[in-house]
Amino acid sequence: MNRSMYDNDITTWSPQGRLHQVEYAMEAVKQGSASVGLKSNTHAIVCAVQRSASELSSTQKKIFDVDDHMGIAIAGLTADARVLCKYMRTECLNHRYVYESALPAQRLVTKIANKAQINTHQYGRRPYGVGLLVAAYDQKGAHLYETCPSGNFFDWKAQSIGARSQSAKTYLERHWKEFADCTKDQLIKHGLAALRETLSTRAEDKEPLQLTPENCAVGIVGVDCKFTILSGDDLQKYITELEGGDDKMAE
Amino acid sequence: MEASVGYWPVKEDKVFALQSQQTHQMRQNYIYRPQTQPITHTTDPIVTGTSVLGIKYKDGVMLAADTLASYGSLARFREMQRLEKVGNSTLIGASGEISDFQFIMEDLNKVMTQEFVRDDGYNMTAPEVYSYMSRVMYNRRSKMDPYYNALVIGGLNAAGAPFLGYVDMYGTTYEDNQIATGYGNYLARPLLRKYQRNDMSEEEAKKLLEDSLRVLFYRDARSTNKIQLAKVTKDGVVISQSYELETNWDIGKGVSH
Repeated sequence: MNRSMYDNDITTWSPQGRLHQVEYAMEAVKQGSASVGLKSNTHAIVCAVQRSASELSSTQKKIFDVDDHMGIAIAGLTADARVLCKYMRTECLNHRYVYESALPAQRLVTKIANKAQINTHQYGRRPYGVGLLVAAYDQKGAHLYETCPSGNFFDWKAQSIGARSQSAKTYLERHWKEFADCTKDQLIKHGLAALRETLSTRAEDKEPLQLTPENCAVGIVGVDCKFTILSGDDLQKYITELEGGDDKMAE
Repeated sequence: MEASVGYWPVKEDKVFALQSQQTHQMRQNYIYRPQTQPITHTTDPIVTGTSVLGIKYKDGVMLAADTLASYGSLARFREMQRLEKVGNSTLIGASGEISDFQFIMEDLNKVMTQEFVRDDGYNMTAPEVYSYMSRVMYNRRSKMDPYYNALVIGGLNAAGAPFLGYVDMYGTTYEDNQIATGYGNYLARPLLRKYQRNDMSEEEAKKLLEDSLRVLFYRDARSTNKIQLAKVTKDGVVISQSYELETNWDIGKGVSH
C-alpha cells in the first residue's frame, strides 16, 4: 500500500509537509500490544499485556529494567526496543560510574529522542519502530515519559500506547485525578484496570480475553522501591481484587 | 642508537653528554642523568600549595587553607586562593601543584557551564563532583601523568546533609567528618579529631580551623599565616577574604642559645 509517491525515503517530504516513513514507523508502534503507564506523587508504574505467539511459546517480554530508578515498557518492534534498552542501560551505568548517582530521567529520555531523530534525518536509515513508556523516580520525583519513532518525547501523568490503547486512555482520562495520591497498591490496580480495557473482546483474535498472572506484567519504581517487575504470582492478588468486582474500578 | 637517559634542564651546567656530535648542541644546557634514575617530569611539582583542612559542622561544611603558593622553598605568591566554588553547592580546595588545580577548575567550570546551559532543574551535588574528580584523578595516575594535587571536596548532598571528601593524585578517596591534606595530616588531624563535632556552631568551627592553621604555620615550613575560610550551607557557598592569623612566638624566649 503506497500512500503516495513521497513515502519511499525517509528523506523525502510530502507536499503536505509530512514524512510518511516516520508516520509508518509510528504505525508499527500502534500494532504492538498495549502498554500502559501512570504515576503518583511517589511511584511510577508501567503495565503491559504479554502475548504469546502460540500456546506452545512463552510470552513476549515487554517490560525491561534500565537501572535501579528506571524501567521501560515497549510497544512495537521488540528488536528495536532491545537496542534502545541496551543504550539506556549503558548510559545509566556510565553515569553511575562517573557520578555515583542516578541519571536524571529527563536527560536520558532526551538522549533517546535525539538518537531516534537521527534516524529520521539520514538517507539509508530507518526510524526505530518502537515506542517506549519510561517510568522513573529520581531526585525530582516520579516521572512517566513516552518516546516516539519520530524523535518526540512527552511527559505524561498517564498514557497508553499500542493496540486498542484508546480504551485504556478512556479509563485513564476518567481516573487520572485520583492517581497523584494513590498508594502503591492502588496505583497497580488502576494500571491493571486500564490494561484490562485493552483486551480483545473477540475470541477469533487469538488474544487473551482476560488478565491472568501469566499474560501481564507490571514494572514499578518509587520513593521506597527500586524498579521491580511484578509478574506471575505477585500479580495474582491484584488481579483477584480487580476481578473481585471493585465497582469503581470496573467502570 | 641513543642510550635511554633522562635530562633535566639546568641553565648553568655545561656538562657534555656522551652522545654523538649532532646532539651535542642540544645537550649543552642539560645535565647528564645516569640511567638508574627515572624521568619524573610529571611528578615533580613546581608551584605548590600546602595543607587544606575541612570539617563538617551544624550548618554544613567549612574548609580552610592558607593563601600561599610556594616555588620550592620560596614563598612566591602570597595571595593565592586555593579554595574555589563549584556550582552553588560545592567547594573544592587543593594542595599540591597550583597549575594542575587551575586546570581542574577550568574543567569543572566547563562541566558546570554545560549544566547551566542544559537548564533542566538538575544540579550537580557535592558527592557527584567528588565521584567525578576521583575518576579523573585515578585515570590520570593510571597514565603516569597525575594532577599533582590533594583535593578536599565539601558541600551538601542531595538530601541536604553535609558531605566532605578527599581525592588525591593517586586516586585515593575517602569521606569523613574531618579532612586534612599535606602536613595537615600530621599536625591538624589530631586537633580536628579531638574537637570536631557534627553539631558544632559556625564560631566553634571557625576557631578550630584557625587554631589548626596556626599550628601549621608554626610548624610547616611552606605555610603562611594569611588564611582563607570557606563554608557551604543551604544558603550557598561563601568564601571569605584572606586575613592574617595572630601568632605568638613567646615560646622562643624559652629556647636556650
